[in-house]
Amino acid sequence: MKKDKWGYGIHPDRQIDLDNANLSLLELVRQSEPSYNLCIACGSCAATCTAGNLTTISLRRINIYLQRGMIKELREEIRRCMLCGKCYLACPRGVNTRHVIIAIHEALKATGYEEL
Amino acid sequence: MRQVVIIGGGVAGLEAAGFLGKMGHQVVLLEKEKAVGGHVGKWDRLFPNRRQGSEVMDFIRKKMDEKVSIITEAGIKSIDTSPDGYAVVLTNGEAIRADAILLATGFELFDARKKEEYGYGIYDNVITSADLERIFREEGKITTADGQAPQKVAFVHCVGSRDEKAGNVYCSKVCCVTGVKQAIEVKEMMPAAKVYSFYMDIRMFDRHFEELYIEAQQQGITFIRGRLSEVYEDQGKVQCKVEDTLTGKPMKVTVDLLVLLVGFMPSPETKRLAGMLKINIGSDGFVLPIDGHISQNETGVPGIFLAGAVTGPKCIATTLSDARSAALQIDQYLKTK
Amino acid sequence: MRNYDPFVLPFMLGFLFLVVLIIYKFAQWLIRLNMREKVLFRHGMLSRKFLHAGNEVFMESLIHRKMFKANPLLGYMHMSLAFGWFLLIVLGNVESRLHTGAHLNMPYFPIFLKFFVTEKETIPFYGGFTNLMDFLLLMVLSGVFLALIKRMTSRIFGMRRTTNLKVGDKIALITLWLIFPLRLFAESLTAAQHHNGGFMTENVGQFLAAFLPTDQLSYPAWWLYSISLGAFFVAVPFSRYMHIPAEILLIYLRHFGIHSTKVYSSFSELEVYSCSRCGVCIDKCQLHTADIHFNTPTYFFRAIRERSLSGDLTDACLLCDRCTAACPVEINTTAIRIAKRATFSTSFKSDFSYLPANHTRRKADVAYFAGCMTHLTPAIRKAMIAILEHAKVKYHFIDEQGICCGRPLMMTGRLEEAQQLVRKNEALIKGSGARILLLSCPICLKAFREDYHLDIRIMHHSEYICELMDRQILQIPAGTQLFSFHDPCELGRGSGIFDQPRKILSEAGKLVKSKFEKENSFCCGGSLGHTSLSQAQRNIITQEVVNELTKNNPDSLVTACPLCKKTFTRWSEVPVKDIAEIVAEVISLGSTQSDREQNTNSLGIKVHEKQKRK
Ligand SMILES: Cc1cc2nc3c(=O)[nH]c(=O)nc-3n(C[C@H](O)[C@H](O)[C@H](O)COP(=O)(O)OP(=O)(O)OC[C@H]3O[C@@H](n4cnc5c(N)ncnc54)[C@H](O)[C@@H]3O)c2cc1C
Ligand code: SF4
Ligand code: SF4
Ligand code: SF4
Ligand code: SF4
Ligand code: SF4
Repeated sequence: MKKDKWGYGIHPDRQIDLDNANLSLLELVRQSEPSYNLCIACGSCAATCTAGNLTTISLRRINIYLQRGMIKELREEIRRCMLCGKCYLACPRGVNTRHVIIAIHEALKATGYEEL
Repeated sequence: MRQVVIIGGGVAGLEAAGFLGKMGHQVVLLEKEKAVGGHVGKWDRLFPNRRQGSEVMDFIRKKMDEKVSIITEAGIKSIDTSPDGYAVVLTNGEAIRADAILLATGFELFDARKKEEYGYGIYDNVITSADLERIFREEGKITTADGQAPQKVAFVHCVGSRDEKAGNVYCSKVCCVTGVKQAIEVKEMMPAAKVYSFYMDIRMFDRHFEELYIEAQQQGITFIRGRLSEVYEDQGKVQCKVEDTLTGKPMKVTVDLLVLLVGFMPSPETKRLAGMLKINIGSDGFVLPIDGHISQNETGVPGIFLAGAVTGPKCIATTLSDARSAALQIDQYLKTK
Repeated sequence: MRNYDPFVLPFMLGFLFLVVLIIYKFAQWLIRLNMREKVLFRHGMLSRKFLHAGNEVFMESLIHRKMFKANPLLGYMHMSLAFGWFLLIVLGNVESRLHTGAHLNMPYFPIFLKFFVTEKETIPFYGGFTNLMDFLLLMVLSGVFLALIKRMTSRIFGMRRTTNLKVGDKIALITLWLIFPLRLFAESLTAAQHHNGGFMTENVGQFLAAFLPTDQLSYPAWWLYSISLGAFFVAVPFSRYMHIPAEILLIYLRHFGIHSTKVYSSFSELEVYSCSRCGVCIDKCQLHTADIHFNTPTYFFRAIRERSLSGDLTDACLLCDRCTAACPVEINTTAIRIAKRATFSTSFKSDFSYLPANHTRRKADVAYFAGCMTHLTPAIRKAMIAILEHAKVKYHFIDEQGICCGRPLMMTGRLEEAQQLVRKNEALIKGSGARILLLSCPICLKAFREDYHLDIRIMHHSEYICELMDRQILQIPAGTQLFSFHDPCELGRGSGIFDQPRKILSEAGKLVKSKFEKENSFCCGGSLGHTSLSQAQRNIITQEVVNELTKNNPDSLVTACPLCKKTFTRWSEVPVKDIAEIVAEVISLGSTQSDREQNTNSLGIKVHEKQKRK
């Protein structure tokens, strides 16, 4: 290990490597739904989520996965959304949640990650 | 002698009145309610040191002398310009001459019924922080609707603040510290009770506030990072739905009493007066001074000054400094007029 | 007697082209109908419906009755052009028959009659005919004149915007404008020579003769008239005027029972072609408030016809149905919008495998399905429960842990995905054994009524409460409060429920009238129909609506939809309430036990005493 890396030798499996994260989806979503940027991870959307009563889904977490380039995790979760719109009513930041979800689906398709 | 009309008898208006009187000006203070005192008159013990609100009120009141005359239950019909200043016309027809006017109309509490999913006004065991202050002051003990001592109490931060859907995107600043103070008070009153706090961020912006937060933690108050989405009352128990964002799991918490930490709202009365005086209102609804850094008390309209929560959420200490600063500005203005 | 001249060729060629094309198009539309629709078509052709449809074609395609209703001036413009022209052709044919004695004449003959027939004696009542023909021509010309004015300034017509044009339309429009002035010109010039004109052509002819060489000009004028007709006919299939034949076929198919669905079909295509681009829908759209333009059906359908439809344009709609309610052609604009959305939503890969397999099978007479949104408006839920308990209804709250009705997915065109939710909810409701499905959310209501197969009564709570009142199970004491009522899109226009909420409110207090009520009510701005609409744009729409609905200073702004309620609350200074809350506030149980026993079955009232006795 080189000396100048001292203290940063986190095991690759353990870390989110933001330097090399795949942020291509993030950019597409930001362009298509600018209000995405306003999320403050408050969790209201996840708390109120109709699907969330029955399964593991949190739009808050999906938003964060997107920002960290965690596409595999995100893809599983987003498919459970019913587009009911309840989260939109709960969101304190006026994030256009349903359109964020649609934009993520579209970005997955556009980047070819939907089938990975 | 110059005469200043102060609109609003909260701590801002009262403090400015005392100082202006001492500076040798005639002051007429108009208060729309039956008594002066504003919101602070309704609080029990104050953050950060939990001294009685009445002590602060007494201190402010003592400064006032015979130069200050107070008119309560005053309704303002119009404010007219006259060659040497203004005339404030009351609804009873009386016109009061003013060389300068200080707008100290404060704020209004957010109407928690607008946040319907939190159940205020619908469920019996959902109250606001202002209600809790009244309970502290008047009843001295906390009970649920059916008269029992609550075993579990939860506080909800940011009710009506930082909420696009409530129409207010700003932070009300003092509700975090108020919530923490009240949580400690509840815990002190009922040491066996479980006390929770649902927050998005804990904003402890001033001196000794963070210490209060530490004290709350030491008392065993549970802080849960997640914004409440909705509540449901079942047989008197309030079920809270929230995401525990730190574990990423939906969380169910059942409590006996839910306290909503309501925020500041610009009052419609202020909006009406601002319209009459042709002074600007910001996108958040509070009155805009001409410059947020260097002249917080001036409006751009000669002779019209601002003090206190009329320009946005403030704690008492800031409000009082602001009021004194306004008094000084008015004094300067009257001397050069 | 001459009956042919080369100048008729442009007309004839254009005419033949158009006829062939229309036949081709009609055949295409009909062949592409699905099996069920084809059967309906065959049955319809041989039934009385055929005659009814003919009557409607006359009323709508010629007289433009609905257009008259929507906008009298616009109606007159369309009517004078269509009906005037039609009568010109009919009368021309009658005259030709009288003249030639033959039953069938070449199609051009009646059109150019004045050229071929210059001796008045050959047609009985010639004077009457020719004056009548002049009158009709004048009527058509007045329509053309109005159309010209509308192009230049649409204000007079009370419309803010008029449609923008492409090449095919421009040619068709210009030639259409030219046809009748040219006819007037040609006939007048001929009249100046042969004195065979009526009150208008004769005088215009005299006037022109004063300074024009009528002898030399009349023949070229007939050429021009024929060319303009021919050019118009050729342009028709490439212009919006294709709506004329399309609408006729549309009316027939509709009478035969064929309707649009959420899947884009040949019938939808026919509807798209039937849009006359009259522009009535443009002014109805509230998205203009949010600075979104060129989104209304006019433009949306044009983009489909020009194959330039984009996903954004398809999304740019609240699905509020304001335009649909106003469309004189009665095109189901929002169904087509949803159908087209399906083609843009292919990226969606949902996974609902987590839905629970078994539902609790608690029995109840009334299954109350509050809906997702109602979970965020506990006042509505609480009021409903109070009402149900007051009326001693045996109900079961079936979606305490429920799932979405599926309509929000359908609105975005994701029909397959929605079906999975539909099937789940169907099982849930059937399992409950309920005879009534009671709903608080009109969005759910519309889904359950249109997309579910349930053999039970599906009622919105405003209908249910109204029926409880009618049967005197609920009595509402007369009050003095002033209410302003907002018809939710999906309840009013969407499900045709206008009267019940009004009846309830008029009992409980006084209802203020509004220009924007019933069919013309607003969308609150919270609609799930438009996915990309920003919060700021929604805010502008909502504020305008709240201002309008509270301008009479009502005591409360009442609605009957949790989404409308949530949307309004933020902006309204007067309290916003659901109709159920109003009722829960004022009810007193006024009926006797025997009343209730009588009404047990159809409303699901539980009668304790009776059951105990058994
Ligand atoms: C729940 C809660 C707890 C708080 N606790 C604390 C605490 O412990 N410590 C602390 O430092 N701060 C506390 N604050 C903040 C404190 O209340 C404010 O800083 C303070 O009230 C601001 O004073 P003010 O005079 O500007 O406004 P206000 O207190 O609002 O007074 C305004 C006065 O103007 C009058 N008025 C309004 N319009 C008119 C009109 N048109 N004509 C005549 N009169 C009019 C009103 O009736 C009122 O009396 C708390 C705030 C809240 C919401
Ligand atoms: S739209 Fe999707 S993410 Fe949002 S509440 Fe409904 S199911 Fe959950
Ligand atoms: S509710 Fe809005 S701000 Fe909160 S986590 Fe969800 S998207 Fe982000
Ligand atoms: S002070 Fe705290 S509770 Fe109040 S609005 Fe700000 S963050 Fe929310
Ligand atoms: S959709 Fe209907 S209202 Fe709109 S332009 Fe076409 S015909 Fe007219
Ligand atoms: S349905 Fe409503 S939003 Fe959509 S185009 Fe018609 S009027 Fe506009």
